[in-house]
Amino acid sequence: MDSRPRLGHSAPMPHDHSDHDHPHALLPPEPALRVKALETLLTRKGLIDPAALDEIIDTYENRIGPRNGAEVVARAWSDPDFRAALLKDATAVVAEMGFFGRQGEHVVAVENTDAMHNIVVCTLCSCYPWPLLGIPPGWYKSDAYRARVVREPRKVLAEFGVELSAETAVRVWDSTAEVRYLVIPQRPAGSEGLDVAALADLVTRDSMIGTGLAKAP
Amino acid sequence: MTRVHDMGGRFGDGAVTPEAEDVVFHADWHPRALALTLATGALGKWNIDVSRHTRECLGPADYARFSYYEKWIAGVADMLVARGVVSREELAGTADPTPSPLTEKTLKAPQVAGVLARGGPADRTSNIAAIFAPGDAVVTRKQPENTIVPGGHTRLPAYAAGARGRVLRLHGTHVLPDSNAHDLGEAPEPLYAVAFPASELWAHPEHPRDEVVLDLWQSYLEIP
Repeated sequence: MDSRPRLGHSAPMPHDHSDHDHPHALLPPEPALRVKALETLLTRKGLIDPAALDEIIDTYENRIGPRNGAEVVARAWSDPDFRAALLKDATAVVAEMGFFGRQGEHVVAVENTDAMHNIVVCTLCSCYPWPLLGIPPGWYKSDAYRARVVREPRKVLAEFGVELSAETAVRVWDSTAEVRYLVIPQRPAGSEGLDVAALADLVTRDSMIGTGLAKAP
Repeated sequence: MTRVHDMGGRFGDGAVTPEAEDVVFHADWHPRALALTLATGALGKWNIDVSRHTRECLGPADYARFSYYEKWIAGVADMLVARGVVSREELAGTADPTPSPLTEKTLKAPQVAGVLARGGPADRTSNIAAIFAPGDAVVTRKQPENTIVPGGHTRLPAYAAGARGRVLRLHGTHVLPDSNAHDLGEAPEPLYAVAFPASELWAHPEHPRDEVVLDLWQSYLEIP
């Protein structure tokens, strides 16, 4: 079947309205009540199982978070073969560790070196590797981060207390597709001899986004 | 021209405020809004590109004043009405809710783990061959606009339009959001990571060797 887009008048136009005409304006003005109203309506229509909502919330509040990514990074620091495999095909490697699914369907790992520091953003929305890092922090979704980090990454890094050497180039990854990026921070000095669990404790969420460095032991 | 969400490179925003790692949500209704969005997505009445485009179609004033999850909730409400899942009257509370014919699709608690684990992979087979290889020079198209639908969804940010870069890697062939967001088919095509020197994008780059990398579909790219 021809999956190419139809052209011309058959292509649906986007529907632009004044703010007032959007259906969402029919909901109560207060955000908490807006959510409540929608949940109540959809539950009464049989389209929402409130227990399913609880299950989703429990998943992202308690089960999936940045400790997953930290485990991946700690293994990459400890095992050169694992690191090479991760850099070659992160999707397969992290899936084998049990990290896959929504917002982590396609994963690419990028490594920080003395010559290159990587930072991840999504300027158009808030794309983020959920199975590895959980729900993105507020600042990752903020206008300030989205607007500024592509243009002045070093100023943004300074706001996180990170200063890079002039020898280090910055590469900012704008997640414009369904590929999700994981930064492998540099292994901190003095961490020789630590096991994978102790190394994982040094890996911060921000270090895997690129706005931070791994902690010193 | 572009829409309000396309803010990469914009001047005027303040400092970025770091936050502790154990903060996941900032208000009780935030996780509810997230879960409601995922659960209604499971009804199968829209795809991720439709849902992104709906949020992008919020008026600039709403987009700017809404917090993150308010945008999500507004998007869900707008899609539910646009797709005929709920009526405007039901949403406004001026009519009693009628039972939905879609209830077979309702996401149940035991299905949640499976649905989240499956996710929504975007790679597809395609009969469009990759014409670029890593190392090749490319230039993005001059207008950061959807070429099929006026004012439609696209993932080429304005700041990277008409810019010369080089291909870093081929990701395979992926669903084209410009088509999928408008129910025009998935139209998969080659997707590349393309690196641009900061000096190609900005008048005052911070460092001569800094770069920005974007994931861009083949139809966004031209031979320089």
